[in-house]
Amino acid sequence: MTVVIDRVSGGGGGGGESPPPGGGHGPGLYQKRKAIYPKLAHGSFRRLKWGLMVVMLAIYYGTPWIRWPRPAGAPSQAVLIDFAHGRFYFFMFDLWPDEVYFFTGLLVVAALVLFLATAWLGRLWCGYACPQTVWTDLFLYVERLFEGDRNARMRLAKAGWGPDKVLRKGGKHLVWLAIAAATGGAWIFYFEDAPTLFASFIAGEASVTAYFSFALLTFTTYVLAGTLREQVCIYMCPWPRIQGAMVDRHSLQVTYRHDRGEPRSPHRKGDPWTGRGDCIDCQACVVACPMGIDIRHGSQLECINCALCIDACDEIMVKVERPTGLIGYDSDEAVTRRSQGLKAIYRPIRPRIVFYALALAAVCGLMTWGFLQRTPYQLHVARDRNPLFVRLSDGSIRNSYSVKLVNRSYQPRTFRVTFAGAPVSRLQSPGLDPDRSGVSVTVASGEQRSVRLLATVPADRLTAALTPATIAARVDDPDAATPLLTARTMFVSDGAAR
Amino acid sequence: MSDRERDKHSGVETTGHEWDGIKELDNPLPRWWLIVWYICIAVAIVYWVLFPAWPTLNGYTPGLLHQSDRVNVANDMKALAAQRGVEGVMLEKASLDEIEKTPNLQAFAMAEGQAIFGNNCAPCHGAGGAGGKGYANLRDDVWLWGGQLADIQQTITHGIRSGDPEARMSMMPSFGRDGLLKPQEVTDLTEYVVFLSHRAASPGAVARAAPIFAAQCAACHGPEGKGNQLVGAPNLTDSDWLYGSDRKSIHDQIWFGRGGVMPAWAGRLSAAEIKAVTVYVHVNSGGSGAPAPAAAPTVASADTNPASAPAGQ
Repeated sequence: MTVVIDRVSGGGGGGGESPPPGGGHGPGLYQKRKAIYPKLAHGSFRRLKWGLMVVMLAIYYGTPWIRWPRPAGAPSQAVLIDFAHGRFYFFMFDLWPDEVYFFTGLLVVAALVLFLATAWLGRLWCGYACPQTVWTDLFLYVERLFEGDRNARMRLAKAGWGPDKVLRKGGKHLVWLAIAAATGGAWIFYFEDAPTLFASFIAGEASVTAYFSFALLTFTTYVLAGTLREQVCIYMCPWPRIQGAMVDRHSLQVTYRHDRGEPRSPHRKGDPWTGRGDCIDCQACVVACPMGIDIRHGSQLECINCALCIDACDEIMVKVERPTGLIGYDSDEAVTRRSQGLKAIYRPIRPRIVFYALALAAVCGLMTWGFLQRTPYQLHVARDRNPLFVRLSDGSIRNSYSVKLVNRSYQPRTFRVTFAGAPVSRLQSPGLDPDRSGVSVTVASGEQRSVRLLATVPADRLTAALTPATIAARVDDPDAATPLLTARTMFVSDGAAR
Repeated sequence: MSDRERDKHSGVETTGHEWDGIKELDNPLPRWWLIVWYICIAVAIVYWVLFPAWPTLNGYTPGLLHQSDRVNVANDMKALAAQRGVEGVMLEKASLDEIEKTPNLQAFAMAEGQAIFGNNCAPCHGAGGAGGKGYANLRDDVWLWGGQLADIQQTITHGIRSGDPEARMSMMPSFGRDGLLKPQEVTDLTEYVVFLSHRAASPGAVARAAPIFAAQCAACHGPEGKGNQLVGAPNLTDSDWLYGSDRKSIHDQIWFGRGGVMPAWAGRLSAAEIKAVTVYVHVNSGGSGAPAPAAAPTVASADTNPASAPAGQ
């Protein structure tokens, strides 16, 4: 189904239409935003969205205040991005900067979930979960508290400035600013201990970064949710452009069922319903739309699939005693087939859905495997390459290795480092006290330590220029999933036994 | 303007540009975009005033804030030096042994030592410290002047034959060039040295050279040729050769009596820097410093006078 969006005659948008500036000559250099006054919808989708809004705002504002028990010295905040010390704490996990690939994996998972959801159910993210949608909804709620619903707001906009208008507009902006400040304020708590930062923030002793981030987030929240609103989605966000590649004819999207609604015409009580569609052209769907569009033009870039037009239309359908669902989640394919007199078919399982699901499962599996492999201890071995080997005075061959031991647990640990694979007669580790079989190295909690390990092999024991060798480190942690760490390396000589 | 083409679907005028049948609509900019653009222009003007922006004939406009990355870097380097100073104090106060045995001090000394070694020592001893012909290998267990921490510190501080009053000092005579030995005697001695290093040598030459070695060489190298670190005389019985192990190299060494020069670093490096590079060299050489038992110097001074050989006729 190809829908031509008729923007020239598609009137009735948000009201408050004005001719483009620049007189009659062309469109002018810029376009003024058309004010949109969405009417409050009542119904199951509106109730669902209120619920989701409360949950998501609670998650955003509340998360930094959740405490989580950790050993002494570590922060007790459940979710904390600690830039100063290079740690990311998330409940039972604490990630180090070199584990940033877990973030990458999480982003890949998020992207695939988004693709899958979009291919299946349209722009779920835009309509229900995007911060821009949630905060705009919250700001609209405040706007209605102060200025009333659509008609009252439009009257107020046209009215001259008087005490009433100043009070209503001023009150609205004050509450908006308060919400914006709370949003900016909550943001900075993710980066420092929330109670401590809150106290120092109030006392004026927090860092410049904290105040700057607070001011920036306050400003963007206020502007994006208060005044820019739908323009963010239409002009700034890349996702509306990308999502066109995700949806197809079988995607379930918020759809005007034109097979049932057309031909539309106004309807008076008592008029017959034969020979016409169910749409009575009441504009209820249009005035409820926060994007200021007409869903009856079909799937369009501006539509965020917020489903409020479904509620608005259902209210009217109940009033005129017709079945609800003139606007609902439906696919282009089903609508087209019904309008051709065929039986609608739905195909929830399609190649792209299967592909996205498989890709998602693969990445999730890889992430889980990676997490299970994760250990707080690491062993890295770098063999000296300059010189490749050293011939000692008695003709024996010595190789040098830099052994890096990482202890990311909350206790100091001792690693027993051993060398295997080559017939080593002597191990040396300056500053430590190695014996024939290995050396014990203690590493403080949250530290890494580099030790030099020099292995000597008598010349008459060498058979080849390259002898595969293994450096192993056993951690004295009884709870470690993998207490034995190994690193493969080489013992190098000129190969000639003397 | 009025005769411009108007797109049928959107009702918007086209710009008149056309590529392969695709025409560009002359849509107006959103006002918020225009506002952002004006803000950017304003910010740019403020930037010109506050920051370096415009070139002039012999420089640039410095801006009211006098911001300069060059100055910032210089300040950062100063801060770094101050920070190193703190660690440097620890390096100065702690003994070499303490530095090597304390993990964070060893790590600091190794890092700083590596940089110092790369800048000052690598040209002769190589980036890895493995040396070369005439330049000592610092990674093995052979030490001409001793491999203990204090020995290495002494060598680095005062150098070898550097002119420093406390420098390591010794001079191998040019036995052949100066006519101290006859050419045949030098050739026989070469065979004797080859014999000392456990290789096949002509028995006749070895027998002829034995008394010459005892008279001329044993003073420094010891009666068994095992060297003496007090005078930097190398062990002739091991497999390590500063100037090469083949007969030609050994012959040349006896003939010319070469001895390298290492500068004294006392004036060029601070005491803490010398300590850092000392620990770096010591750790990389295995950190024992005690040469293998076989290479320990034997008491040779009992029956020979050390001063007699260099001064011998």
